[in-house]
Amino acid sequence: MPVQHDIAEDASAERDEIVAVMIDQVGRLLASEVSVERLTAMERGDAVPELWDKFAELELPLAMVPENAGGIGLDIAQGMRLIRLCGYHAAPAPLVETMLSLHLWTRAGGEPISGPMTFASPRAGRLQVESLGSRLRVYGKLRRVPWSNDGHLLAAGEGREGRAIILLPASAFEKVSRRSIANESRADVTVDLALDEPAKGVVLPIDAQAMEDVLQLGALMRAQQMVGAMQRVLDISIGYSQERAQFGRQISKFQAVQHMLASCATEYAAASAAAEQAGELWGRAGQELAVAVAKARCGEAAGHVAATAHQIHGAIAFTKEYMLHHFTRRLWSWRDEFGNETFWQSRLGHLVCTKGGAALWPLLLGEIAI
Amino acid sequence: MSTDFRFASLQLPPSAIEIRRRIRAFMREELDAGRYDPQISSWNTWDEEFTRRAGEAGFIGMVWPKEYGGSGATDLDRFVVIEEMLAHSAPCFAHWVADRQTGPQILRFGSERIKRTYLPAIAAGRCYAAIGMSEPNSGSDLASVQTRATRCSGGWRINGTKIWTSSAHRAHVMIALVRTAPANGGRHDGLTQLVIDTSVPGITCRPIYNLCGHHDFNEVHFQDYFVPDDAVLGEVGQGWKLVNHELSFERSGPDRYMSDFRLILDMVDRIGNRPDALQSVEVGRLFAHLSALRRMSAGVAGLLAQGQDPYLEAAIVKDLGTSFEQSVPEIARRLIETQPSSEDDDAYGRCYTETRLFAPGYTIRGGTREIMRGVIARGLGVR
Repeated sequence: MPVQHDIAEDASAERDEIVAVMIDQVGRLLASEVSVERLTAMERGDAVPELWDKFAELELPLAMVPENAGGIGLDIAQGMRLIRLCGYHAAPAPLVETMLSLHLWTRAGGEPISGPMTFASPRAGRLQVESLGSRLRVYGKLRRVPWSNDGHLLAAGEGREGRAIILLPASAFEKVSRRSIANESRADVTVDLALDEPAKGVVLPIDAQAMEDVLQLGALMRAQQMVGAMQRVLDISIGYSQERAQFGRQISKFQAVQHMLASCATEYAAASAAAEQAGELWGRAGQELAVAVAKARCGEAAGHVAATAHQIHGAIAFTKEYMLHHFTRRLWSWRDEFGNETFWQSRLGHLVCTKGGAALWPLLLGEIAI
Repeated sequence: MSTDFRFASLQLPPSAIEIRRRIRAFMREELDAGRYDPQISSWNTWDEEFTRRAGEAGFIGMVWPKEYGGSGATDLDRFVVIEEMLAHSAPCFAHWVADRQTGPQILRFGSERIKRTYLPAIAAGRCYAAIGMSEPNSGSDLASVQTRATRCSGGWRINGTKIWTSSAHRAHVMIALVRTAPANGGRHDGLTQLVIDTSVPGITCRPIYNLCGHHDFNEVHFQDYFVPDDAVLGEVGQGWKLVNHELSFERSGPDRYMSDFRLILDMVDRIGNRPDALQSVEVGRLFAHLSALRRMSAGVAGLLAQGQDPYLEAAIVKDLGTSFEQSVPEIARRLIETQPSSEDDDAYGRCYTETRLFAPGYTIRGGTREIMRGVIARGLGVR
């Protein structure tokens, strides 16, 4: 046993080093490639293909695929650090969704596929799976699927045989193009397919926990992207307050502005702590509570940080030409996806009230599992 | 200036896990024997008997060396003990200040005689402390204190007035920030921290009742009060640096988000296991805030244990934590209809009433919210 333990620890330390290198690499790549011009260009079209190619060159889509399935094998906490970085830069390509889709798909036993990929929130619809003799009918509607124009779509399904996760190429569904409040692609998708049984490599059975994980991983993804975007909004606001002068001095010298910056910092700090905690507890007993805490806390912080940052900037950030909206509109978009604050708070509240006051402290310490 | 704050997860050492088991067994025994009522405002409830038992059980001054009454426990062991005392709504006020800041300040900066006089007594739960910082004209602007110490044979004579001095009428010892020299070079110069023995003549207390009707606050007058040289903390003139060190103990603990813990627990029990829509959303929101705060508070404890000075992170936790605890009674009243009265027959009603009255103080004591935001702004590089 001790020998195995050491091996596991070595492997984890080794991966931490890999993550540090990746964070550095991806940070530099995003800083140089994601300009305001690119973000603006994305608003007129879809994901930026050149950027996708750069991600693929670094094998980033495989970051969270297990090593034995040909991936880099980052765990959820490690992968979330990359996802946060993508939020910081508002990366205009579906890298984040692809990383997690491949994780979910390979975990269910699927083979990694190349190219962009996305997954639908189970709250945005589930596909029905019906056995028709030797054929399998898969049908249903999915609302506001992120980046579904670009590649494969992973969707949760259910039927008499149980739950499944289903991989659909872009050609296998119809879509009505829609955009989020941040102008990211969020098409409404209609699926009606007949597949030959066994639909191996397309429809994979999953259990209830794996189905729930699709929702929870999506919520954690958006939470970490929000943390990254909040940090960027804070950095932009600090910078602007030191450049902008009124009444003969930098506005950062006004106490009212300092206090607004401080309140953004505290909310972002709380969001960051909550999201990090959920990444670390993924796969453990405290996962569901921690994810609910993360999505609820990050969503609440996002609203405050976005509103306060706009107030600090004044009119300039209410324009298309200034960069702040690329981040604040993403915050307004991401907080409502994969369950908004009310959804997750309500879940948490039910769990807490069911357990009663005496359980509250042990729940906070992670001593009691739900 | 980096906005990468450090709130890493805290891995408690085995000793702290063992301490958690011990303090819980202690609290369980206390509760089972009916030796204390879980108190509405745990660390503001004075109970000398509880403090004495906690001291005898080794839960006060535990991080100090054995020769001064401690057990050489780690800072994280102590973190666990204070968390559990707050979570169990224990009446901790009588030792809170001494254990949190006065004792550690004396241990680090005091003379041998002062250490031997106070530390073993504090650790035994028999010596209480007060904080001598604010004055009638010096609240947030602490460097403007006017209480003066003048040189005399073998020590200093103090004249002046301290105010908002909680428990001064019951405390045996107080650390006072006084001016020992004019602020010629800068307003932070010429300040000194002195250890005050409240049994020595020359000191009088006037009670100030707070809006809850309790006598915690005092106005403390010094008239030709004598302090011997060996009661100076650190060096004469280093008081500003020392008082900021003392404030860092005061600002970073879990007492900055757990003041209302009793009300939260009672509220959850009162709501019961079939919450309505509003109740489940609001309780869920409270839990999400608590969970993030607990993580951050533990993170700060971890940094302190590593010998770092996380002043920015501590200020963030205090600002966030005290704003949170202040919001709790406002949420509670929307979830459970209550007409507040201290004479309510119902324990929940009294708990709500007491908490409602206490809450304005949360964002004032230990440095106001506005001072904290100034500290955070400095940490962000804009001040």
